[in-house]
Amino acid sequence: MFGPQRRNLWFWVFVGPFAIGLGLFTYVPLVWSVYLSFFDAHNTVSPAGSDFVGLGNYAAMLSDPAFLGSLGTFALFTVFIVPATYALSLALALMVNRLRCAQAFFRSVFFLPTACSYVVASVIWKLSVFNGVRFGLANTVLGWFGADQTAWLSTTHPPWYWLVLVTVRLWLQAGFYMILFLAGLQRISPQLYEAAAMDGARPGWQVFRYITFPQLRATSVAVVLLLVINAFQAFDEFYNLLSDARGYPPYARPPLVYLYYTALGQDQNLGLGSAGAVILALIIAVATVVQARWFGLGRKEE
Amino acid sequence: MHDALTRAGRALRVVTVITLALLFLIPFYLLVRNGLATEREITAPDWTFFPHELQWSNLTEVFRDPNLPLGRALLNSTLIAVSTTIGTVVTASLAGYGLARIPYRHANVVFYAILGTLMVPAAVTFVPSFVLVSTLGWISTLRGLVIPTLFSAFACFIFRQYFLGFPKELEDAARVDGLGYWRTYWRIVVPNARPVFAAVATIVFIGAWNAFLWPLVIGQDQEAWTVQVALSTFTTAQNLNLHELFVAAAVSIAPLVVVFLLLQRYIVAGVERSGIDD
Repeated sequence: MFGPQRRNLWFWVFVGPFAIGLGLFTYVPLVWSVYLSFFDAHNTVSPAGSDFVGLGNYAAMLSDPAFLGSLGTFALFTVFIVPATYALSLALALMVNRLRCAQAFFRSVFFLPTACSYVVASVIWKLSVFNGVRFGLANTVLGWFGADQTAWLSTTHPPWYWLVLVTVRLWLQAGFYMILFLAGLQRISPQLYEAAAMDGARPGWQVFRYITFPQLRATSVAVVLLLVINAFQAFDEFYNLLSDARGYPPYARPPLVYLYYTALGQDQNLGLGSAGAVILALIIAVATVVQARWFGLGRKEE
Repeated sequence: MHDALTRAGRALRVVTVITLALLFLIPFYLLVRNGLATEREITAPDWTFFPHELQWSNLTEVFRDPNLPLGRALLNSTLIAVSTTIGTVVTASLAGYGLARIPYRHANVVFYAILGTLMVPAAVTFVPSFVLVSTLGWISTLRGLVIPTLFSAFACFIFRQYFLGFPKELEDAARVDGLGYWRTYWRIVVPNARPVFAAVATIVFIGAWNAFLWPLVIGQDQEAWTVQVALSTFTTAQNLNLHELFVAAAVSIAPLVVVFLLLQRYIVAGVERSGIDD
């Protein structure tokens, strides 16, 4: 019943359906993408009828100011969103963790937006909180202090639209990362804090600096990695906040939004879109590996 | 002196937490406020935090507007989210169990091949996946919207980690009774692993309900719109009333908020036990 042959068979009975599905819907598209990226595939999904252009699509993408601009947009977005989310979720976790009562209540409040979609959040942000014309919470509150009304989403100098983009993601994401930090905090041994108190460390900053923060290292690495990967995939809020009946403004296009318009927009330029996707995948892979090396991911805790 | 400082610090912390909690709740309040307000109250230049009158008829009006096929979109989202959840939980839990418990020489290779796809953000494959799905003729079909999203490496990973830590004694007892892997799994493992199933199911359901890019790309016909795609389209529609949009948005998250509040302890436990940060 449990001989080696039997075991191999049963392994594949259990893992097979998942592995086949993953191969078909992740590995096949990846390979197809690389293959298609060498062809001038317009309006078609098969390289058969298209001209082979070699690395032409890659050259076109890498010299396209719009694509490079979209990578720049992503980089800028990452610079804003990663530290902001990291700091806010860590602060929330530290505060919630130290609450003596109503801990579960506050944890729920901060976690609840995780259940909300970017589309719904964008409706609230665009049409209520940061509405620029006559109404909207931000302009109403600023109005009490005598400030002028601001067209939040269409002001590019100064780039007020960044405030809208960053706050919506912060609201949606911070609670999830707070949960990760809370889990990390619970794993820190109370003895470490006792020892620190014996050594005369003052509760507050010193304990955080020398005990809590170093002990959260593994969690921090995971959080930063997830934040960067998620930022690369930014699409929903950019698309929903910035596009309107007239179309999409050329500014503030992260790579995915750019690829969406290249591959599936007017042009249906699937070869070029695939080349962009491959470039993006390579950047993400390199960034992830470098980051993992840098933080020593996978290395056992000392 | 020192005590006073500590007390002041604690008070400051409590005030900060309450302020942040209010900030986090305001968007939900605005959603409900605008959904129940009259059109004039949403767009009035003298906007007030509390509306002067509530218009409960908005709730029924939104389902009667012919410009807004909300009922159909809700049905689509429900079908998609439920079948995605069932499909993912079945395939990923079987795979996670196989990887954790059935000795196989190349199990590690298979595991890393699965885990590696986590590094490839699903969004990067959307162009070729679109190509694949349209080649299969699955555009605007339930199949096209569900099947490609079923194979979540993340879900498989959580199940594997959970089953690795699952007490072996139970399974050994089943072996002694002559049960094979298949029956051990269904009769012993599944009934004893309900928390992880609840956790993964909740996470997958929320993800499927809130998904936007894939349904936008694949669900091109209005008949195949999910709630998210419909809401996004309504946002730019000229002929729609704002209060209807807000009611529709509120209706779209109401079931999720309920599920979420009921099952959140499983999500928290699932995230904590997944060892995602170990």
